[in-house]
Order: sequence, then C-alpha cells, then structure tokens
Amino acid sequence: MLIFEHSTPGRRATAQAPATTAEIDLPAQFLRRSDTGLPEVSEMQAVRHYTRLSQKNFSIDTHFYPLGSCTMKYNPRACNSLAMLPGLLQRHPLAPESHSQGFLQMMFELQEMLKAVTGMAGVSLTPMAGAQGEFAGIAMIRAYHDDRGDAARTEILVPDAAHGTNPATAIMCGYKVKEIPTDEQGDVDLAALKAAVGPQTAGLMLTNPSTLGVFERNIMEIGRIVHEAGGLLYYDGANLNAILGKVRPGDMGFDVIHMNLHKTFSTPHGGGGPGSGAVGVAERLMPYRPVPVIARDGGRYRWLTEDDLPKTMGRLSAFGGNAGVLIRAYIYMRMLGASGMPRVAEFATLNANYLEQRLRDAGFEAAFPDRRASHEFIITLKKQAKELKVTAMDFAKRLLDYGYHAPTTYFPLLVPECLLIEPTETESKEEIDGFIEAMIAIQREAETDPDTVRSAPHTMPNRRFDEVTAARTPDLKWQAGE
Amino acid sequence: MPFIPHTEEEVAQMLAAIGVDDIEALFDEIPADIRCQSLDDIPPAATEMEVTREVQQMAERDAGALNFIGAGAYEHHIPAAVWQLTTRGEFYTAYTPYQAEASQGTLQLIYEYQTMMAGLTGMDVSNASLYDGASALGEAILMAVRVHRKSKSKKVLMPTSVHPAYRATAKTVVKHQGIELVDLPIDADSGRVDPAALAAFSGEDITALVIPQPNFYGVLEQADELTAWAEGNGTLVIGLVNPFTLAILKPPGEWGANGADIVCGDGQPLGAPLSSGGPYYGILCCKQQHVRQMPGRLVGRAIDADGKQGFVLTLQAREQHIRRSRATSNICTNQGLVVTASTIHMALLGPVGLRNAAAASLANTHRLVEKAAALGITPRFSGDHFHEVALKLDQPAAPVLEKMATAGVLGGYDLGRDDAELADAILVCVTETKTDADIDRYIDALKAAQEPSAPSR
Repeated sequence: MLIFEHSTPGRRATAQAPATTAEIDLPAQFLRRSDTGLPEVSEMQAVRHYTRLSQKNFSIDTHFYPLGSCTMKYNPRACNSLAMLPGLLQRHPLAPESHSQGFLQMMFELQEMLKAVTGMAGVSLTPMAGAQGEFAGIAMIRAYHDDRGDAARTEILVPDAAHGTNPATAIMCGYKVKEIPTDEQGDVDLAALKAAVGPQTAGLMLTNPSTLGVFERNIMEIGRIVHEAGGLLYYDGANLNAILGKVRPGDMGFDVIHMNLHKTFSTPHGGGGPGSGAVGVAERLMPYRPVPVIARDGGRYRWLTEDDLPKTMGRLSAFGGNAGVLIRAYIYMRMLGASGMPRVAEFATLNANYLEQRLRDAGFEAAFPDRRASHEFIITLKKQAKELKVTAMDFAKRLLDYGYHAPTTYFPLLVPECLLIEPTETESKEEIDGFIEAMIAIQREAETDPDTVRSAPHTMPNRRFDEVTAARTPDLKWQAGE
Repeated sequence: MPFIPHTEEEVAQMLAAIGVDDIEALFDEIPADIRCQSLDDIPPAATEMEVTREVQQMAERDAGALNFIGAGAYEHHIPAAVWQLTTRGEFYTAYTPYQAEASQGTLQLIYEYQTMMAGLTGMDVSNASLYDGASALGEAILMAVRVHRKSKSKKVLMPTSVHPAYRATAKTVVKHQGIELVDLPIDADSGRVDPAALAAFSGEDITALVIPQPNFYGVLEQADELTAWAEGNGTLVIGLVNPFTLAILKPPGEWGANGADIVCGDGQPLGAPLSSGGPYYGILCCKQQHVRQMPGRLVGRAIDADGKQGFVLTLQAREQHIRRSRATSNICTNQGLVVTASTIHMALLGPVGLRNAAAASLANTHRLVEKAAALGITPRFSGDHFHEVALKLDQPAAPVLEKMATAGVLGGYDLGRDDAELADAILVCVTETKTDADIDRYIDALKAAQEPSAPSR
C-alpha cells in the first residue's frame, strides 16, 4: 500500500508545523491554486508505513552483500551518531570562518589523511559521487592540456573492462573515447595500447585492480607509454579497498584519482547515495583542483576559492560537497588509523581468495584461474547456462531466498554469465562459509530441480518483475483516484 | 583490529585452504618496488571513545550561533521521526536497488517521492533525484539541449538573479558541450529579470530560458510573463525552484500557458539539515514527452510473475551502465538517503503543514523587515519577496556582519561577495524556526553592529 492510500482528508501530524493563521501577503499572480497532492496522515501512520517499508529491504545491517565493485562493508554506527551532532548538523555552509573552525579542521585533516594513503600531492573533497569525481578528474586533465595550449589532445583511452561511467564521463568533458582491449590474463593489451597512443591522447582511465578482479601487473609500463605520448593517467578508485595502504596510486604513477568514500571509507550507501568522490592530484594538476579546498594558514583554517585557484576546473556544487558523508569518512579513518589501513586490503584480499578457492574446489569456474584474486573475483556460469539452462541471473535471484544478497551480475561485460563477488574485510569466515554452502546447494538444485532456480526468488515480497513492459509503458507516479 | 572479525585460528584455516603461508603472499602480483613504504602522516588508530571526545569538541566549536543565513540552504524544523527512520539500518546500509525483489522498501519510497515531487512542482514526471540543486541546474541545461532538437544555437539565457554558485556549477557542467550561457540582466530596482533585456532576444534562436523562483535575492520573478515570452519565442523553460515555497507559490507546471518544460532545484529545505552544505539532493522534473532524455534514476511500477504490483528501476537504457558513452549523463547514483528523509518529511508535514511552515516563514520575514524599517533599513529591491530579503545598509555590509557574528548572530549573506554594487546589502532569511525574541535579537545585534565603534568609556 502506498502512503497516498493511507491518506484521509483533514488528517495531519499536528505537532510538526505551526498552526499559523497568517495571511499570505503576495499578489494573486504568484499564488498556487491547485492541490499539492501530498498525503494527509498522522505521525504514527507515517512512522508505521516507513518502518514497514524499510523491512522490505536487504541491507548490510541485515544481510551479507557480496556485491562486486561496490565494497559493501560494515558501516560503523559511531560514524553516523557523531556526524549527527547538533554542532555539525546545524552549521550553515556559508557561516563565517570564525564559526567554522571545528568543521574546517576535520575536513583539512581528512584531506591530509587521503593524501597520505594515496600518495597524491593534493586533495579536493567537493565531488559528490564517484562519477562526479571522474568528471572533475577528466576536466582537470583537459584544463591542464588547454592551459599548455595543447589543443590536439582529443581522445581519452578506456579499457573495455571499465565501468560505464568512464566513457560517459569522457564524453561529458568533450572527448572522444577509444577502447583498449584486455588480454586473456585480464591485463591491458600492451600492444594495442602502444598502437593507440599518440599526440591525440589526452589520457588513460584505469581501474586497478581492474573490474576483472585482478591487479594490473604492467601498471608501470602502461604509465610510461601514456606519459611518453604526453597523456595523463587517471585512476578510477572504485577498487581502492583492494590495495589500501599496500600500494598507493601516486606511487603507481597516476596523475589524478578519485576515491569512492562510500566504498573504501565505509560511508553508507543509503539505498543509492549520497556518496562522495573526493579527488587527488599529482603536483602538476594542483592549480586545477575543483573548489573549494581547505587550507591551514598558521593555526587557522580557511576555504580556498576561485580567487586562490584561478585555474580551477570549476565548482561542482552549491557549497562544498557532501559534508555529512565526509565527516563519516573522517571518523572511520581515525578509528582505523595508520595500522588499520593496510589491514583493510589484507583481509579483503584474504576473504576474496578464500571464497574463490572454496568455490573452485566445489566445481565453480573462475574467470581468471591463473591469477590471484584481489578483493573480488569473477565466477562464470556459462557451463550452467549452456548445459542446465540456469543462468547467472537465476543463481543471483535464488541466493536471495537463501538470505544472501546477489553478487554483481553481468558485469564486467567481457565475461559471459558472470558473478562478480566481493566479500569485503568485515565479513567473518562463518558468513562466507554460509554463502559457499548456499552456492553449492543452488548448484545441486540447478542439476535436480532447475525450475525452482529459474523461477526464484520465492520468499521475497515480490517475484521477478516484467521489466520490459515496465519500460515500454512507464508508470512513474501514483495518480489520485486510482 | 577495528571492524575485522577474524581470529588467528580462522586466518590459519583460510590460508591453508588457499594454499599460501601468509597474507602477504596474496599480494605477490604487485611489483615489489612500488609497495607502500610508510603511512606516517596518518594518526594512530583511535577508539570510538577517543574519537567521540575529539569530534564532540570540534562540533561544539561551531555551535550556538543564531542563524539568519539562507542563500541556498535553509534552516527548517525537521520532525524527529524523519532521521530516526532514515537511519534505520535497512535504509541506511542498503545498496542501490538493482535487485528489485530485495529492495522493495527503497523502490516504493522513491516512487512515492517521485509522486510527491511531481505534485509539488505540477510536473508530469520526477526522477529519483540528482546530487544537489546546482548540479541539477547543469543537468537540466544539458537535457534542454538534447530535448530541443530544432534549436541549433545551444544558447541558454541565465538571469543574473540565479544563485552565483549555481551559475558557476552549471558552467562547469556544460562548458565542454558547446553550450553558451548568456547572462540575462536584472532590473536594479525590482531585483528581478528586466523584461526589456529579455525582449532584446525576441526572434533569436534561444534553446532555453532559466527562471529562478524565488530568485537568489528572494525576489519573485514574473514567471508567467517570462514563460509566455519563451513560449512565443520557441524557447524551452527551465524552472529553478525552492520546493518549500511551492505549497504557496504557483508551481512551475502552471506557469504561462503550458508550464515549464524542465524543473530543477534543491530538495534540502524538505528534511535535510544544513549540515555544512550537504548531503542535499537535486530535484529534476519534466513534461512526460521529455522523459527519455532525463538523466538519473527513475523508479516505475511493475507487475511480477504472480501478477503482484511492485517497483523497479526503469528506463535504464538512458543510463551509463547500459549505454556507456552514449548515456544521457555519467550520473550513476541519486541521493537516496536524503530522498528517504525528504519523503518521510513531506508525508509528516502534509499539504497543510507544509503550507503553514511556509506561511509562518513568510510572516516572520515580514516582521523582520518591519522592525528593520524602524532602524531606517529597507529592502534593497522593490519586487515582492518570499522568506528571504536583501536589506540595504548605509555602510558596507561585511564589517557589520562580522560584528553581528561576534555577538552570536549570523546576520545574513554579504551580497558584496559576488557583486561590488551590492556591497552595502545583506541577504537575510527568516524561517518558521525563528521566534519573536529571535527577531528582536537580530534587530538589536544589527543596531549595535551599525553604530560606529564608541570610544571606550
């Protein structure tokens, strides 16, 4: 039932708004005459309705969520309760610096910690999501080439395994996209890269470890090829969790990076945002950072704006980005500390390799059996799809019935019938063992009772949807009188 | 080991299963010479108790002032239930609802949000939200250029009464697409778009006109007339609204004869705390015929295998994970959690509560303007305003605001920061959260700050 179907004319949550009788002192031409259509419910009706809705969700707090490329780790509760302190919630973004020193100190320290753990020269916290961080990064590459009068660089190179945001971002920055193939072992095809670079190359976008779940072993050679051609190297931080504190993008030769604080630094995914896509830059891109940036002058903290960074790639939001998300990341990093950072990568990698090995022992086919898994790995179910007519999607949906969120399915696009599995470091061995048991049980069902798997899920609030019809005749809002 | 559950025994069992001696062996594909040497610049681990103490102290340093700044972020009452429900783990720690069957809570909630926002704005369709109002304006302009295929100019009229940071952000978003943002000047007396300045563009190929309502100065634009001009000129209308005002103000879907084509804005006033500028969320609504050019997520109602109703992400062929370089935008998320809060907030206020809160804000602003008049301080602009108003002082505003802040009153936004001609004007916002005593305190602080510093007595 929708909230609108609980609505009764004249009912309201009376405690929540003033009982004003003030006249509206504005000319009639400005005034609304139609209804807003908002529901009329009591406070308890609303609380009950939304509590019940929440119970229809899987979440990290309730379920194992081995969603590859998404880093669904535990979100410590202290990060939320401290970010909700009144002094932080009530601070106006345009409050004077005299009334902002606490917040600015925290943000400055966050910039410094992110610089240290990535090996970059400078950080800007303003991008509000990974894709916006990508946009900031590629726009900085463009600002750099433009500033040097190097207008011939019109092309961004993107490996074919990349996230869809990479090519979409390059287009938004006015570039053409050239795809670089991947070799059989999951590394960038070096011969193809060498053939692709030239005076038209603005840069290469690379995720490392790649979306194939393996570390790009030729990273230094790739950097050399791109840099010698005059291009810059962009690091997509989607998989930073795999290498946190073990190897730094700055030391791999990257000129600009974005970090997904909602992955690596454990801010909540919130049912799809808000995220944060803070960017880091090497020395030569410092002038182009998005504003504002936080600086320390003597013992005082202040914003750097267009006046301080006249060559900035620009402003990405009305204020300084998703401050509440940044505060949560700050608190998480403080609790990890220097010793906690490499442990994240170590245990994420341990969990992934253990899970991959156990699944292989049970007969599942790894996409890259000769490679070490990073924090995630790919299983391909092409054999099951061909021989049993049970697909990766069927396995994913059946896992829901076993109480596990599905891994990422059908991404990366290069591997047929794939499951991209990322357990993260915060899951225990028991939880992982339970998932392995479920996969084995579903395999057995696929062999003996495939219809049960093909028609899964059976225990969720809904069965599988007819998404084709939903897209053909979109129903995007409730209509009064339905 | 913070947040890592493994016991030593389990680690040993896991390593044995993998067939390696230690965890370090799992990193053997990373070249040795680039391995991280030192993390000395990162402080040692703090316990929850230690970090709590420190963060509380930092938060307290910034707390306690009485705030009258608006300028794009507005202080409103938020019912306690809103964030208590929103931070339930099932909302707070869920992922994007790609697995629809396991995400019906989030999906239904977004569908309810889309319904509410479409109703408030008077538009056919709302998406599931974008990042914030400023970036939503940039996306709305890109969308207008995609929608209006007949217009070849890619020229968009941007009134100078649009928030300066929004203008800067929109420019960042669109500047590599050959789109020209043309400044549309305002009338210096009324503080709203100058009809004569607009008339100068009549007959020209203009792709879209942005109409802010209320505008940055709190002044109401003549939205009907501006929309009528656009309709006559074959120009699309992008409405930029504060949704909090729409319980009272004519919604953009009803401007002119046919309404705005695309509507954007910031959803912050509906349930998001000020929180130093974010997370907020961007509103994006449009007419039905433009929906396939919309960026961002959309939730639709669907039927499952049992014929039962439910909700799914839909029209995904517009998006980057399907269409890659041909997507409508690179956007890959929405501000889900803030939309969750906002939907609950709108349900709790309802039509009457939202209208009362807006009416009380308007009345409080009038009260402050009246009391300021007694000090000889009057509005800088003659146009009608909503809950925000530019006051003209007889001296530069910056030192006055600084003195007020020292007295614990954040007296408004210094308009001289963006326009030297307005260096004597402050933009002040009064919402329903302010009492008569708060307004008196404002007036007292303003009066004291204006007086030339007296010699010490």
